Amino acid sequence: MGNPQSLLLLGGTSEIGLAVVEAFASDRPLRVVLAARPSARLDAACARLETLGCAVETLPFDARALDTHTEVVRKAFTGGDIDVAIVAFGVLGDNEQAWTDVTAAVELAQVNYTAAVSVGVVLAERLRAQGHGALVAFSSVAGERARRSNFVYGSTKAGLDAFYSGLTEALRPCGVGVTVVRPGFVHTRMTKGLRPAPLSTTPDAVAAVVVDAVRNRRELVWAPAPLRLVMSVLRHLPRAVFRRLPV
Amino acid sequence: MSRTARSETASLRGWGRTAPSTAQVIVPRSPDDVSAAVAAAGPRGVIARGLGRSYGDPAQNAGGTVLDMTGLATIVSLDADTGIAVVDGGVSLDTLMRRALPLGLWVPVLPGTRQVTIGGAIAADVHGKNHHAYGSFGNHVRSMDLVSADGTVRTLTPDGPDAELFWATVGGMGLTGVIVRATVALHRTESAYFVVDTDRTADLDELMALLTDGSDDTYGYSAAWFDTTTTGAQLGRAVLTRGSLATRDQLPTTLRRDPLTFDAPQLLTFPDAFPNGLANRVTLRAFSELWYRKAPKRQRGAVQNITTFYQVLDLFGNWNRVYGSRGFLQYQFVVPFGEEATVRRVVEKIAASPHASGLNVLKRFGEANAAPLSFPQPGWTITVDFPITRGLHRFCEELDDLVLPAGGRLYLAKESRASAETIRRGYPRFEEWRKVRDAVDPTGVFTSDLARRLELTS
Repeated sequence: MGNPQSLLLLGGTSEIGLAVVEAFASDRPLRVVLAARPSARLDAACARLETLGCAVETLPFDARALDTHTEVVRKAFTGGDIDVAIVAFGVLGDNEQAWTDVTAAVELAQVNYTAAVSVGVVLAERLRAQGHGALVAFSSVAGERARRSNFVYGSTKAGLDAFYSGLTEALRPCGVGVTVVRPGFVHTRMTKGLRPAPLSTTPDAVAAVVVDAVRNRRELVWAPAPLRLVMSVLRHLPRAVFRRLPV
Repeated sequence: MSRTARSETASLRGWGRTAPSTAQVIVPRSPDDVSAAVAAAGPRGVIARGLGRSYGDPAQNAGGTVLDMTGLATIVSLDADTGIAVVDGGVSLDTLMRRALPLGLWVPVLPGTRQVTIGGAIAADVHGKNHHAYGSFGNHVRSMDLVSADGTVRTLTPDGPDAELFWATVGGMGLTGVIVRATVALHRTESAYFVVDTDRTADLDELMALLTDGSDDTYGYSAAWFDTTTTGAQLGRAVLTRGSLATRDQLPTTLRRDPLTFDAPQLLTFPDAFPNGLANRVTLRAFSELWYRKAPKRQRGAVQNITTFYQVLDLFGNWNRVYGSRGFLQYQFVVPFGEEATVRRVVEKIAASPHASGLNVLKRFGEANAAPLSFPQPGWTITVDFPITRGLHRFCEELDDLVLPAGGRLYLAKESRASAETIRRGYPRFEEWRKVRDAVDPTGVFTSDLARRLELTS
């Protein structure tokens, strides 16, 4: 009936990613593959999903280790078809450090962009071969227009967004749906201590948007939805005005 | 492969309009084309598809090959004396019926739609309103030609050397091979009309009592519509219609001149423009009220044509579009006689739930046949349609929890959501079937989305 049975989360400890898994699991128990660096948090996520009736498998996965991606994805598919694959890993970084320190900048670009492209290519190949499935990638409103306060992060998400938007078209004829999600400010570990932007949201609310998008095969969604309007206005503001905005 | 066999990539889904997947679709024009396509199948395997009337995903094969069998649709012979029809696997029951009627021959088993191929009818072992009297489709198949995994054509009979494979193919959801031809024994009839008795019952108990007082066996055809929107003293109130094929003498003089005329128009085809949520509790409640009220309380001997009595939905093309783009799910199960309380609890549960269903059918099944995966078994079968909404999956699992402990099972041709374990519990002879299947297709050439989802093949 269109409910996924199996799900792969790359970035297996991502709060938003896990919220999406739980939202799907509230409809039916799933076979879940969590790919992440081994940690106590991963074990906790695993245990929580098991209490929801899910069969959980974990795979060691490091976004930075690009040459291991093919193997990790291959392993993720050994248990059978994957109905939904979610690319949820990413780091926010410190913008001031990131635009002044080469190592920090490259690290951010590698994890958020290069690694996302790398797994995207490998996942696309797998999903194409199985002829069905959904691929979800987390972009960000930060990628829609660069802001002084987080433009390095924003630039990586802009790259990811463009890649997965194009992949949407490439995979369409193969029966694979790609959904690019552009969340606004989400209250998570990653944003802890930051001043929330207007229209801030929670992982559960983002998850509801994602579940709905996958079910209805939507290709681009904002979370929360009104951000779409806000961003289309912000995108077109003259720079002189935009830079004065308190966002 | 002959030059006429076409191949293209297409997105396919079942009649329930959920869970599409993409496959390479080939339209074979001959059994040789089928053999060639089977031999050329890739790692994702191959499955045959007829007219796509299964509700879920048995005729889809994501990333693999799907054989569109409607290109193999010749009626090879039709013998008016013996009533034996030899037909290609892609011939629809509608076509066969239109050709057979002028000869005074009747297709012995008709499901709720005639838009089903012979191959599909065998693979799902379909049943109709006459199951209690005549069994399911497989009972009437005298032989069939099956293209198996090695590309060879085997001729199977119900009691010959390949009887095991014959019965594994009946109800086998296409997973033993591709049915390219079948020999079917038709019935004789003097007319294309039914003489119908109608009874309206106040509730479900009265309905089941009426069906077990012995009267049901005096009719060839019997099924009831019941209401899932009413509760209490009106729980499962029903309209029971039962009838038999009319003899020429039973017809009014106006029809007697041409008693074998097949009167089955298609009134309209629904456009794909219905919003989600149109079929909801309010509209379905109104529909149910109307359906119940418009039926006569008690009527005897009405002469009706096949569409009125039997296949009302065939009046409308693409009626599944009414449920909107999210699609719908049909839940059909059977529980043995003696489990009337389970039937009642299921209906109570639906009536008390936020899930509404308008097209609800209850029927008394007769004897099962020899096929391990054939759905019908002696008992009560219930069919309900739910529009897809959040929480429906869990709700169906709760229904499973009533049905399975009662010795019941689900119908694979309607299935789109169950687990591998649900199917194994409902079909105790599953492993027996699996052994026969694996022996004839050890490498798993035949597979489908359904097979992968329910782990039917290894």
